[in-house]
Amino acid sequence: MALSNLSLTIGNGEFVALLGPSGCGKSTALNCLAGLLPLTGGSIFLDDRRIDTLPPERRDFGMVFQNYALFPHLTVRQNIGFGLKIKKVAKSEIERRVTAAINLVQLSLHADKHPSQLSGGQQQRVAIARAIVIEPQVVLMDEPLSNLDAKLRHEMRSEIKRLHRELGLTTVYVTHDQEEALSLADRLVVLHDGKVQQIGTPEDVYMNPVNSFVADFMGYRNLISMDLLAGGSAGNYSLRAPGLELTASNLFSGSAAGKVRVAIRPEDLFIENTSGNSISCTVKSVEYQGKDFAVEVSTAQGITLHLRTPKKLEVGQSTNLTVASDRVLVYPDSDA
Amino acid sequence: MSSVDTSARTFNLKSWLAEHGVDRLLFLLVPAFLAMLAFFIYPTIYGTYLSFHPMEAKSGALGNYRSFFGDTYMRNSIWNTFRIALPVSLINVFAAVPLAVRLRHRVRGKRTINTLLVIPMSLGTVLIAEGLSAYLAPNGWFNRTLLAAGIIDQPLQLLHNFWGVIISLLITGFPFAFLLTLSYISGINPKMEEAASTLGATSWQRFRYITFPLLTPGLAITFCLNFVLAFSVFPSANLLGNPAGDSHVLAVAAAQAIVNNYDYSMASAISVITGAFELAVVALVLVMRSRLYSGSTSGGKG
Amino acid sequence: MSSRKVFVKSPLGWLIWGSVAFFFINLLGVIGTVVVSSFGTEWFDGWLPSGWTTKFYTTAWHDYQVPNLLRVTLQVALAVVVISILVGTPAAYVLARRDFPGKKILMLSFLLPIMLPPITYGIPLATFIYRLNLGGTLTGVIVANTVPAIPFVILVLSPFIEQIDPKIEAAARMCGATTRQIFIKILTPLIVPGLLAAALLVLVQTVALFELTYLVSGPGSNTLVVALYYAVFASGIRPYQAISAMAVFYMLTTLFILIVALRYVNPTQMVSQARSADSK
Repeated sequence: MALSNLSLTIGNGEFVALLGPSGCGKSTALNCLAGLLPLTGGSIFLDDRRIDTLPPERRDFGMVFQNYALFPHLTVRQNIGFGLKIKKVAKSEIERRVTAAINLVQLSLHADKHPSQLSGGQQQRVAIARAIVIEPQVVLMDEPLSNLDAKLRHEMRSEIKRLHRELGLTTVYVTHDQEEALSLADRLVVLHDGKVQQIGTPEDVYMNPVNSFVADFMGYRNLISMDLLAGGSAGNYSLRAPGLELTASNLFSGSAAGKVRVAIRPEDLFIENTSGNSISCTVKSVEYQGKDFAVEVSTAQGITLHLRTPKKLEVGQSTNLTVASDRVLVYPDSDA
Repeated sequence: MSSVDTSARTFNLKSWLAEHGVDRLLFLLVPAFLAMLAFFIYPTIYGTYLSFHPMEAKSGALGNYRSFFGDTYMRNSIWNTFRIALPVSLINVFAAVPLAVRLRHRVRGKRTINTLLVIPMSLGTVLIAEGLSAYLAPNGWFNRTLLAAGIIDQPLQLLHNFWGVIISLLITGFPFAFLLTLSYISGINPKMEEAASTLGATSWQRFRYITFPLLTPGLAITFCLNFVLAFSVFPSANLLGNPAGDSHVLAVAAAQAIVNNYDYSMASAISVITGAFELAVVALVLVMRSRLYSGSTSGGKG
Repeated sequence: MSSRKVFVKSPLGWLIWGSVAFFFINLLGVIGTVVVSSFGTEWFDGWLPSGWTTKFYTTAWHDYQVPNLLRVTLQVALAVVVISILVGTPAAYVLARRDFPGKKILMLSFLLPIMLPPITYGIPLATFIYRLNLGGTLTGVIVANTVPAIPFVILVLSPFIEQIDPKIEAAARMCGATTRQIFIKILTPLIVPGLLAAALLVLVQTVALFELTYLVSGPGSNTLVVALYYAVFASGIRPYQAISAMAVFYMLTTLFILIVALRYVNPTQMVSQARSADSK
């Protein structure tokens, strides 16, 4: 997977997530950073030291692998102590730091087991402890939670968050799960086809995706082709589609009068009579999802929209939706 | 309701068998099992029985064994066999490791090397022995080259002694050991080494602490199979060694009992002795291996 | 990645390449000696024979009855391949798919012929075959060679079958296929590559297997490799160039089969039965 133009400065103690669909180049980026893949161009600096010419063992990074990559012939304790043993740390010091790490990831009951005797979540804890016990300058995590089931994934997410808070380790985290990235990271890097799409805080990326790809990836399910009328001004741009008229407060760069793509999050469409754009439509399907309903509606001209609402609607029922004009995001039609 | 109760209480053979995976499908095993029973298990038992019934009935049940172990020349065949089989297997296995380590990733020419190595393995010991008997001869190409290069002044005596047999077993056994080691080493998840390298291990440390320990169980098997090959050195011992002297190995002794004396009973006794010694070594290696880590080398759950 | 660079740089790399080169040079020398001497008129001293001729091929062809040997070798090898595949495949399937009481012991009986030197079980087997009055016959030779071939087929095929998802069979069953239909229509096409590999590996192995044939064959049922052994063992009776020519006939046969085999199997598969024996 080719990767181009990734320029990023990571602050001390920062948690950065590389986010994107599979095949977007995020794992390539991480492996280049770790030194496991050669860099064909560009450079990597750690503080003022250039490190991209160094082999992985001299970069002083800790890495957590997707399938954990625990050493099957070593016990939990030996796995965690491996890096310290290699660095020729004194035996008593290894003992102390490994024990501390084992306690930190709450595995003291399993310290002398082999990896094959542990559950997926426990193996993941070992992998994390092994990476952080060497007190690396940077911890790299390659989709560390993707092999766990949903419940465990949530637990480990909090665990990683806690460890990061307690130890303050600079972390680069690769994931394809936007929810995971949003909840963990201080800063997100959204990648697509080997290109950086957007870099920003989770709030920024979530609320203001810079293009329709990021919008789609961040859960803006309603992507509608519309016409932007000429002559609008900030706070008041008019959009038209057959049977649908919307006003948007802002345009994203590159949008010009003519064909545009409009993105609206399901969560930003309301049934209540709030101010803003109004859309009349018919309910097509209703899915119960526990805390709320996922509803699919259709306008008279056949434009399908998705929304979430706590109110129970009936299929076939007519309803009126509203959306605030600052939550109608307008992108140029060209980018996908 | 009542039928459920009965089946729970009384022992039902049919359902017990079904629960343990015994059903009509197992009939598919019958032909193979019968073939092994008739032509491997039965002959082995029969041969063992025969070995306790010497040709000269008055020497008693242990007559063959007594005359084998009582005769220094015969007894020495055990030592001769080990003296050839052990070093050859060890050399083959330990020579295979560095090459397999080098070739475990995609390297240009790997397939060519593998293919070329299959050739001596497939040609077999007889042809290699025939070729070596001319190649290693005092006026053969090997000695001629060394003489011409000034490395030696006298042709090396490599035929009709210990060395001829050893060289022939290295040529046929090394490719086998290499290909097997390569297949074991390819089974080790490359992520293991990557993980070790991010933890600061140099390439030597990665080999020493990760690859080698994970490879050891496979090397034990490689050693055993090479040992089996080297233990039955019959053609090379006869054609390249000195079958009456230091290459009078167990296989030669057994074959001579048949060919020279038509003594199937004695030959069977020597087969039993050969099998016993060979299996003892294999068992010893396997016991040592079972003390090592011998689980998955792929690592993690995947 | 950078392994190739490291390879060239390190002294250990040079040592390994050097050893490999040394190995192949000697191998070439061994084979070359046989080929060169088969074409020589006389070769007592010197790098090459004093003259060249092909007449020893004619001598060898007639004196050793090479056509007859080739026929016997191919008959034996093909019969062994067919029998061992027919008998071994169903067993490989069951061993790959089922767990049942006594499986371990059964596996052991399939493994022992591979863990024992052929001469150890070959002698009792030969004794038994002679008692059945099959000694020296083609049937006897075929029977003897089938003994290691069946376990070989099982050990090559059962890991192959294991990696076919059993859900495919379940799906076929849910579609209403009977066991017989599943075997013929679903499994057979899926295991054809495995069968082909097993068959070719058995073929290569049987042509080269010496000990068992040597112990049971007689005049008229000798295979090429056994005839070659007798020729070398009784050297002096015929000119050594004829023996070399005989060796070239054997070599060509083996290499021909090997080249065919390597079109369909990987060189590392040549040892795959040993690898899978380990996982049992």
